[in-house]
Amino acid sequence: MFTPAARLMADKLGLKKGRANLEEFADTLQALATEDRNIVAVTSDSRGSGKLAPYGKALPKQIVEVGIAEQNLVGITAGLAACGKKSFGVSPSCFLTARSLEQIKNDVCYSNVPAVLVGISSGVSYGALGSTHHSLHDLAVLRAINNVTILVPADNFETREAVRYAARATRPVFLRFGKAAMLDLAPAGASFEPGKALMLRPGRDVAFIANGETVVHALLASALLAEKGISARVLSLHTVKPLDVAAVLAAGRECRAVVTVEEHMVAGGVGEAVASTLLREGLSPKFEMVGFPDEDTVTGAQADLFRHYGISMEGLVATALRLLGR
Amino acid sequence: MTDRDLALKSFALRRRMLRLIHEAGAGHTGGGLSCLDVLNLLYNRVLKISPETVDSPTRDRYVQSKGHCVEALYAVMADRGYFPDADLSSVCHYKSYYVGHPTRKIRGMEMNTGALGHGLPICLGMALAAKMDAASYRVFTLLGDGELAEGSNWEAAMAAAHYGLDNLVAILDHNTLQITGHTRDVMSNEPLDEKWRAFGWEVRSVDGHDYAALSAALTTPHPGKPLFVIANTVKGKGVSFMENVAKWHHGVPSDTELVQALAELEAAERRFQEAAG
Repeated sequence: MFTPAARLMADKLGLKKGRANLEEFADTLQALATEDRNIVAVTSDSRGSGKLAPYGKALPKQIVEVGIAEQNLVGITAGLAACGKKSFGVSPSCFLTARSLEQIKNDVCYSNVPAVLVGISSGVSYGALGSTHHSLHDLAVLRAINNVTILVPADNFETREAVRYAARATRPVFLRFGKAAMLDLAPAGASFEPGKALMLRPGRDVAFIANGETVVHALLASALLAEKGISARVLSLHTVKPLDVAAVLAAGRECRAVVTVEEHMVAGGVGEAVASTLLREGLSPKFEMVGFPDEDTVTGAQADLFRHYGISMEGLVATALRLLGR
Repeated sequence: MTDRDLALKSFALRRRMLRLIHEAGAGHTGGGLSCLDVLNLLYNRVLKISPETVDSPTRDRYVQSKGHCVEALYAVMADRGYFPDADLSSVCHYKSYYVGHPTRKIRGMEMNTGALGHGLPICLGMALAAKMDAASYRVFTLLGDGELAEGSNWEAAMAAAHYGLDNLVAILDHNTLQITGHTRDVMSNEPLDEKWRAFGWEVRSVDGHDYAALSAALTTPHPGKPLFVIANTVKGKGVSFMENVAKWHHGVPSDTELVQALAELEAAERRFQEAAG
């Protein structure tokens, strides 16, 4: 995941090793479902990849297997929710948000049932398995659908809180995370509020607005920039929709440069959401969107792809320095 | 309500549906007329729901997968008292809640439908919820025969039998026509009875305009298996120049055609009453 220099920086910052957000999700959901027998997980031969095998063993009456059939998965998840169940449809984001997009749009969002859709192993988590297994489109398509809260947690804390929020939400929620082990990023006592970005480091020269598994790289870049006398704000924009407009505008007003970072194609992603928010307010800081370009994705593990496309401490420092004319 | 009462009501419901499509300037006339008897029977006899119990957790659920035939549903539900008949003059009008497909904003509608191949998976989830809660309600959906080309139906067909959902009923409005022409020419799907049986469903095939036969098919238990009722219907049923003509799929009657259609249905109603004495 990290270069030796980035690893050293993580140690210097005292960032503790967490686990995969996927594991945090599965344990949190199982704990919630043990208390609330109305919670039902729905899987499409995905209980293994969703780390839900222990959940399935412990709560066999609260899991529905639909086989490899994602359209059916979402329809069933919606039907369960319409009849009073708190349903979580769990499937790799690449399939969930492409194959069954129409079911998400109509059965869940348009019908406004309190279902939760969980896009696991999202972005380029599947790495060298290639583009069939990547979801670099999911946030773009879901941003364009009315009535869904989109959460992309960065670390175990945000994941745990996002799952808890989703379990009590009365409207559709989409959760997206990967499967790499994460470092703990949120400071002790941090609060998670959907629609409110979490400021991980203050700063006034440049603002990194990142989410999901890219946030740690922005945090490390901020620390390295600090050593060069540059103060870099880091925002974990865990809620893609509704967007924290106030935090974005504050970054645009208070920082000379804004860099968005996402494990997603830049078209339709968080970068464009931030850019349009700034422009509508007449703000034009130096600006760059770091993410995946509109091209065939190169082959490699997630860490390789992150480095290739500049989602790394070194890459983000270089981007910030370029924008600041240094 | 007796079979005779239902049959008698169907003439007025067909007229109401035609008038509302004419007024809206849009609608699905042919399929609405083919499924109207099914809906009349469901809402006036089979479904354990009423305008007073639309929020009851134990009510039966009906999800119209062939959402485009919403005008027939509007006519039946207004007659049953779910919403005022006068509301129907706003169907498809600017800012109306009455969209050209079912939505939950309308009292008594369970889900928003319109894209085909969605109703059965949703109903499968509803039927599973009933089983989990040990609730006795049943879940019904209405499919079109052209709609069966959507693969999601077959995903759900497999899963419903896998879970032995004997509280789930899918009714096929088997009018054999779709927008382009005969279903057998567009994408042949027969033999439907054998296919659904092979998928593990109880299959019953009846005249979809025969209230007694349809009622028996829908109310006889089917333990351990979901039920697939093939309602053999006539697209455009009840209006001579609309029957079995694909262009009436979403044809809107002109002023003259409406007058003629209403007159035909009135004459047929008189004949029915005379025959019944």
